[in-house]
Amino acid sequence: MDYILEMKDVSKCFGEVEALRHVNFAVGRNEIVGLLGDNGAGKSTLIKIVTGYHRPDSGEIYFNGQKWTDVSVAKARELGIETVYQERALADQQPLWRNIFMGRELANQLGFLDVRKMKQETRNLMIGSMGFTSSAVSPDSIVRTFSGGEKQGVAIVRALYFQAELIILDEPTMGLSLSETKKLLDFVRDIKQAGKACIFIDHNVFHVYSVADRVVVLDRGAVAGEFLTKDITLEQLMEKMYRVAQTGSMD
Amino acid sequence: MSSVEREVSQAMCQAEPEQGGLLRPIKRFGLQIGIVVVALIVWLAFLVGSPRTFLSFPIYQAFMSTTPFFTIIALPLTLVIIAAEIDLSFPSIMSWGMTAFFLVFGVTNSLELAVLACLLAGLAAGLLNGFIVTAIGIPSLVATIGTQFFWRGVVLVITGGNGSSLISTQGTILHDGLVGRLGGRVPAQMLWAILVAIVVWVFLNRHRFGAHVYLVGDNVESAKLMGVNVARTKMLVFAIVGVAAAFSGLVASLEVLYYWPTLGEGYMLSTLSSVFLGGTSVFGGTGTIFGTFVASFIIGAINAGIVASGLTGFWTQLIYGLIIVLSVSMHAVLRRKLV
Repeated sequence: MDYILEMKDVSKCFGEVEALRHVNFAVGRNEIVGLLGDNGAGKSTLIKIVTGYHRPDSGEIYFNGQKWTDVSVAKARELGIETVYQERALADQQPLWRNIFMGRELANQLGFLDVRKMKQETRNLMIGSMGFTSSAVSPDSIVRTFSGGEKQGVAIVRALYFQAELIILDEPTMGLSLSETKKLLDFVRDIKQAGKACIFIDHNVFHVYSVADRVVVLDRGAVAGEFLTKDITLEQLMEKMYRVAQTGSMD
Repeated sequence: MSSVEREVSQAMCQAEPEQGGLLRPIKRFGLQIGIVVVALIVWLAFLVGSPRTFLSFPIYQAFMSTTPFFTIIALPLTLVIIAAEIDLSFPSIMSWGMTAFFLVFGVTNSLELAVLACLLAGLAAGLLNGFIVTAIGIPSLVATIGTQFFWRGVVLVITGGNGSSLISTQGTILHDGLVGRLGGRVPAQMLWAILVAIVVWVFLNRHRFGAHVYLVGDNVESAKLMGVNVARTKMLVFAIVGVAAAFSGLVASLEVLYYWPTLGEGYMLSTLSSVFLGGTSVFGGTGTIFGTFVASFIIGAINAGIVASGLTGFWTQLIYGLIIVLSVSMHAVLRRKLV
């Protein structure tokens, strides 16, 4: 398989605590990988290494086949790794178009904005990708008036628009209503449709199972198992998750 | 062609005309419409109160000659407050700029160099504010109270508390260009205030810098995550206020042809109340140049109105203080209501 991201034998300690122990983890070029695990299993440490926030103590990481040597948050973004953070992603009091182009405004060499083009692109994205059909919402709508699911959608569409290769969703369904969650999961399927890769982290096995191609289960800093969702039923996966939580082993 | 691109191009063909009718502009420009209505009410009240004064030109000439002194600072100060910071040091920077003016003028006898020194002194003071806030991490409220006393102290130490005459500038291009009377009637400083308003508006609304000012004030965390250079943006807004304060100090001194070391002391309240009355949120993230511009003339009119209606000057502070408290409270309430 053609991998966009490969982590080989990665370990990370914080003082005495072994947050990650010899983890092998990979994401295919057009694959949605669900990352499951209890609190403290090492999910966020793994993500923070991928986004360049932490440096691993040992092990190797490859992105697009290139070995990572000196990776920072800015470098990871430049490579096309985009993280969609809950709540923190948007500037609430600003109109939609300013949020879509946040930090990457379309401007000429002197820095003067092409407002018309940004609004037009925003309108296209709204109709094409975000599924906003109501006439009450325009590129000038203030983001604060959107629902939680719509806000997450804006952040995901923004990442897609800027050609992110790997989109990381960290607990995106937290605090969302049922219908908003459904909308969000549709956005995740759009990532697959767009030919991009995604790491989807969630507590909810059901959500992860319904969109992921592959599920990786972390437990106490190590990979406890991984499954292709087409090879396993939801019941079997839940059974295994439960066993891991109880005994620390899949079988 | 990826599916996003395909969807985008499909959407292009379906793009429908904007809907929403009359309500949308009212919602979007509500605050600006509101401030114009307030301005009209204030004007009508004065017109009814003392029609003789307010139906003749001299009162408007008086507005246009004194209001720009604080309009010119209030406009860039709007950027600072949108960026969720505050600057209380500008009254002292007005005076510090003129001290630098006379220091250089005394040595070189060149007006051009003196003006340059004045603006550079303002720039330096603004950058110092920005440095203390962004690099050292002191809240701007505290940092600029400190620099306010510091620059006033510098001025008093250098001047020994003595003023200087600017009589010699009479008839120069500098004097005519900054405070002359166009057609014998319109004060040049009014045109400078309009020019500053246009330039600041363009940079706030049509430039990357202004986009970042809004983002930094709205959600500094997400601005950082999206690659906005927060420290540079804040440095710049403080620097611009510094230059504007020095410029305004120069204009105000030229108007009266005399530099008092206490220059700027009366401008704190009128400048701040212009920004807040104009609809800029004290919490950062929202505010308009148009609002500040109109509000500064309301503040100027209230000043004249207090005198015209026979109240003593002691009332001005009371009324400005009230305006600040009322307008920030009103916006805080509106903010909760509108959502």
